[in-house]
Amino acid sequence: MKRFYFLVLLLGLALHAKASTLTIEITQGLEGALPIAVVPFAWRGDAAGPPAHEVGEVVAADLRRSGRFKPLATGEMLARPTRGEEVDFRDLRALNVENLVIGDVSPNGPGGYLVKFYLYDVFRGEQITGFSMPTTARDLRATAHSIADIIYETLTGQPGAFATRIAYVTSERSGKDKERVELRIADADGYNPQTIVSSEEPIMSPAWSPDGRKIAYVSFENAQPAIWVQELLTGKREKMTSFKGINGAPAWSPDGRFMALTLSKDGNPDIFIMDVARRSLRPLTRHGSIDTEPAWAPDGKSLVFTSDRGGAPQIYQVSVNGGEPTRVSFEGKYNARASFSPNGRMLTMVTRVDGQYRIATLDLETRDFRVMSTGRLDESPSFAPNGSMLIYATRAGDKGVLAAVSTDGRVQQRLRLQEGDVREPVWSPYHQQERNR
Amino acid sequence: MKSNSSAWLAIAMSALLFAGCSSTGTKDDTGASVEDRGSSGATTSGIGAGGVWTGNPLDNPNSLLYSKTIYFDFDQSTIRSEFVDVLRAHAAYLNSNRSANVLIEGHADERGSREYNIGLGERRANAVKSFLAAEGVDDAQMNTISYGEERPAALGHDEVSWAENRRGVLVY
Repeated sequence: MKRFYFLVLLLGLALHAKASTLTIEITQGLEGALPIAVVPFAWRGDAAGPPAHEVGEVVAADLRRSGRFKPLATGEMLARPTRGEEVDFRDLRALNVENLVIGDVSPNGPGGYLVKFYLYDVFRGEQITGFSMPTTARDLRATAHSIADIIYETLTGQPGAFATRIAYVTSERSGKDKERVELRIADADGYNPQTIVSSEEPIMSPAWSPDGRKIAYVSFENAQPAIWVQELLTGKREKMTSFKGINGAPAWSPDGRFMALTLSKDGNPDIFIMDVARRSLRPLTRHGSIDTEPAWAPDGKSLVFTSDRGGAPQIYQVSVNGGEPTRVSFEGKYNARASFSPNGRMLTMVTRVDGQYRIATLDLETRDFRVMSTGRLDESPSFAPNGSMLIYATRAGDKGVLAAVSTDGRVQQRLRLQEGDVREPVWSPYHQQERNR
Repeated sequence: MKSNSSAWLAIAMSALLFAGCSSTGTKDDTGASVEDRGSSGATTSGIGAGGVWTGNPLDNPNSLLYSKTIYFDFDQSTIRSEFVDVLRAHAAYLNSNRSANVLIEGHADERGSREYNIGLGERRANAVKSFLAAEGVDDAQMNTISYGEERPAALGHDEVSWAENRRGVLVY
């Protein structure tokens, strides 16, 4: 008897779901973080303006979330200067604040704003840097994230990753067999969640294109797994593969010209490389075991993947030209879904420790293997594009939630969605399309 | 959905009446089996005089064919001996109904990574398919799909639920 599959596809970023906002709580860490004061920004126009104070709040929340900074609570500020000449550095020194951020928002043409901010070294009483950034009401939060990036980079020497986004899958059940699965994209702080695909069939394995403009994913609509590529700006999508059997685990090459993927069309799961423009396929692995979950090295010369060719799933590495894979993971009896840190030096993966599934990192030079999470069913780790954090899926009670840990293991945080299960987070790359919302 | 369920109930009731059974709407062992197949509509079966099953043999609760799910051990795709008879019954059914097709779903429990579990689920679906093929079922009658851990039958996060989710399902 034929089954009918209902499918509703909501394509395009223009469609806003009444998606609940993610909230983030830092569950561990903050010792040794740099004390900083971010004063609420002032509005310099007449009458009701944009929520200028929010700019400072977003900046402070970003810096706090990184685990590297400890922003002073607004209530503890002895003064709230918004201009350089109003700053009293002695007050701030008394509070042991090392850096100060002040700023304002002013009108800038029809519908436009100009955000200015200044970063000070409190001890020296000097301005370190200052920027003027044109924006709009819609992009005010995005501008705040960019300010946080500039501050983070100025003070830590490493680029920030606040003005990036995450893709993730949500699932809500209504009744025993009814499930709504959605692929969503939100800002890296969980705000502005938008649904880009919605279905009653499974959606899996989102993967950002290196330019951040497209997402590849697996969808089971019409009871057949297929790999799709969807343009974020327009919502247009294209089916890349729908062979008999598995069509899974898409992964873009660093230059975006190729896509590694898993197909079982020849009998069992092997990894193939597709030339995206030509749609031509070549096999990368040929083995009677499960070979899946390919991930590219940042230099594009090799890939890692999961294989149980040795009897249990482990991580193997193979040249982009094929050949004999070499085993990379040796710790424990279960290691899967590896991916590289942005500098290529580390891998993150799912590992089994005493029957618990956790997130681990493996330093490819020192061979240092570290378990980074404490859950029971942790999965899908993904590096931030600056390598500072890992985001992954875990469980809190009966719900799937997202969590993040700093790569040094110091700061743990949990991202909570109000309803449903959240899973398979993937951090976007740096290069973003112009926002068009 | 509410109006739908009352429609199914109406169909179910009429089926019961047609079968000449109790009109209270309750189902007993000798009564009609009414199966709701979701959006594709309801199918009803009746028993003829003398207790001989005249409906679709796949819906006969007293037949091995009624079982359409078999379970697997952790990280395994070997057919457990207790399910051999069920699969043989399905093979016999498919062999005597060459126009019948079956979709074999393979599933995994939630532990570990999702795409690897898709691989495991496929291995289970293929194990069922190979068994049926060895019993003479034509390749063209069988299709497989792996849902990995994406379609759990039990929603718990413990051994009991995991055991229910490591399964192969025959969908006709």
